[in-house]
Amino acid sequence: MPFSLLKYGLNNDYPFEKDADLPVPSELKSSYDVVIIGAGGHGVATAYYLAKYHGITNVAVLEKGYLGGGNTARNTAVIRSNYLTSEGVKFYSESVRMFKELSHEFDFNIMYTERGQLTLAHTDAAVRSFRQRTEVNKHFGGRTELIGPKEIQELVPTLNMNPAHMPVLAGLWHLDGATARHDAVAWGYAKGATQRGVELHQLTEVTDVIVENGKVTGVKTNRGTIKCGCAIQAVAGHSSLMAAKAGFRMPITTYPLQAMVTQPVKPFLDPLVSSSALHCYVQQTSRGEIVFGGGSDPYPLYNTRSTLELKESLLAHAIEMFPFMANLRLMRQWAGITDMTSDYSPIMGLSPVENYYLDAGWGTWGFKSTPICGKTMAELVASGGKVPDLIAPFAMDRFDVFRQVNEMGATAASH
Amino acid sequence: MKIMHCPLNGPRNISEFVHGGEVREMPNPATCSDREWADYVFYSDNQAGVITEWWLHAPSGYWFIAERHTVTDEILKTYDPSEIFNQRVEFSKEDAAAPKEATA
Ligand SMILES: Cc1cc2nc3c(=O)[nH]c(=O)nc-3n(C[C@H](O)[C@H](O)[C@H](O)COP(=O)(O)OP(=O)(O)OC[C@H]3O[C@@H](n4cnc5c(N)ncnc54)[C@H](O)[C@@H]3O)c2cc1C
Repeated sequence: MPFSLLKYGLNNDYPFEKDADLPVPSELKSSYDVVIIGAGGHGVATAYYLAKYHGITNVAVLEKGYLGGGNTARNTAVIRSNYLTSEGVKFYSESVRMFKELSHEFDFNIMYTERGQLTLAHTDAAVRSFRQRTEVNKHFGGRTELIGPKEIQELVPTLNMNPAHMPVLAGLWHLDGATARHDAVAWGYAKGATQRGVELHQLTEVTDVIVENGKVTGVKTNRGTIKCGCAIQAVAGHSSLMAAKAGFRMPITTYPLQAMVTQPVKPFLDPLVSSSALHCYVQQTSRGEIVFGGGSDPYPLYNTRSTLELKESLLAHAIEMFPFMANLRLMRQWAGITDMTSDYSPIMGLSPVENYYLDAGWGTWGFKSTPICGKTMAELVASGGKVPDLIAPFAMDRFDVFRQVNEMGATAASH
Repeated sequence: MKIMHCPLNGPRNISEFVHGGEVREMPNPATCSDREWADYVFYSDNQAGVITEWWLHAPSGYWFIAERHTVTDEILKTYDPSEIFNQRVEFSKEDAAAPKEATA
């Protein structure tokens, strides 16, 4: 628990925070050592670790909208490390470890809540793959077990054990599964970075990337042109469009991902429950609302509209899992546009342009990786382009040599 | 439900259709380099704007071409592939015997 929270509990007065607001930088300077494009969680986390661990503070984070207003504000905040490949599990486990410490690190409560995540298997093939995931997870220090129907019913008494005539055979019970408040993660990093001298410029859109002799030298924005020693793009759904400005293509397709939430009800569901066969995951928030998420939209689009088709299919499956939910009302729906790769792993590291670094391909699963992305991208930048081992498998050119890191099976219900 | 106009079956619900990806020229698999093949298979312009792409009307197994705006979600035009593909594509054996670039 962060100490400020304890103090708050014992305080008679309403403890108002003097430095609650982010400093507003006035003008853009003509040049920075590092320009970070996109102030989502990933962009500000990178700025934070650059300043904190590497003393690099002549940094501008440029955001076309507002801080954390992209997918960082839209995700369903599932944090887990029960992936399939050893590259993936190593990377995400480190992120989960960092998440646990974040409230302390920021002295600001990000409401990290470890509730465990349960994925349901309805086929023999799924049970086999869960066995593999259990072993890979344990090998890298994660807490994951394969459990049977009896234990599942004890964990989630309200679950229909025969949804859509697909009996629940087993469950992948991931005790490290957690959630956190996504906005708080972005604010915590942004505050920590700006306090150390990083400039955060909101309403500042990068309109072009200046490349000279194969090397990035600056960016054009709606507020003028600035020079930079190096640049990082962390723009999620807009990754391909930004890469095009820098002059290259990416193995990414942008799809909307929709989610929705019901009216609040009494607490009934502690773990996060997900079914890959039903393309649906369900969780109850600390406010009592039930959040639903599912698969991506069926075709690529740069638009955050909502569709009736998705609502119908997702809710039909959710009601199969928890029949009493048929009586609940939906309160809100939303969508984000996500940068999907064909192997469901990210694209991190070097690009065809010198000193221009990539943090992309985060699709529907990148909130959980925010801390480790910030840390490894900062290392990459501070070392002048030496790729940290942890992210080497996620290089873009893995596609050129057909060495994908296939996490599709571990991401079936997209979160 | 959103409606798409199938050139063969007329207006149908969008749920009857499957998206098939951008229309683009396939390099000759027998002669292109691994990098060119990877570019064809994995890389994409992923544009925000009007794109030309393949769609399948699943119940009738009919493939056609659509022009669609990827920001507004408007389907501007759909037509039979014969409007673009009016010649048979042949990958001859001679091409395969003389690769452009050694592929390891
Ligand atoms: C509905 C939904 C549910 C999800 N659920 C989960 C989940 O449960 N768990 C999980 O781990 N992940 C989840 N994700 C994925 C996760 O949200 C993202 O992968 C993650 O937030 C990406 O963070 P980011 O900082 O890279 O991107 P973003 O937060 O999207 O930030 C990118 C920023 O770049 C800015 N930008 C774009 N273009 C420009 C430009 N030209 N100039 C300046 N700025 C620009 C944007 O305005 C944006 O603020 C979900 C996503 C969605 C949409």
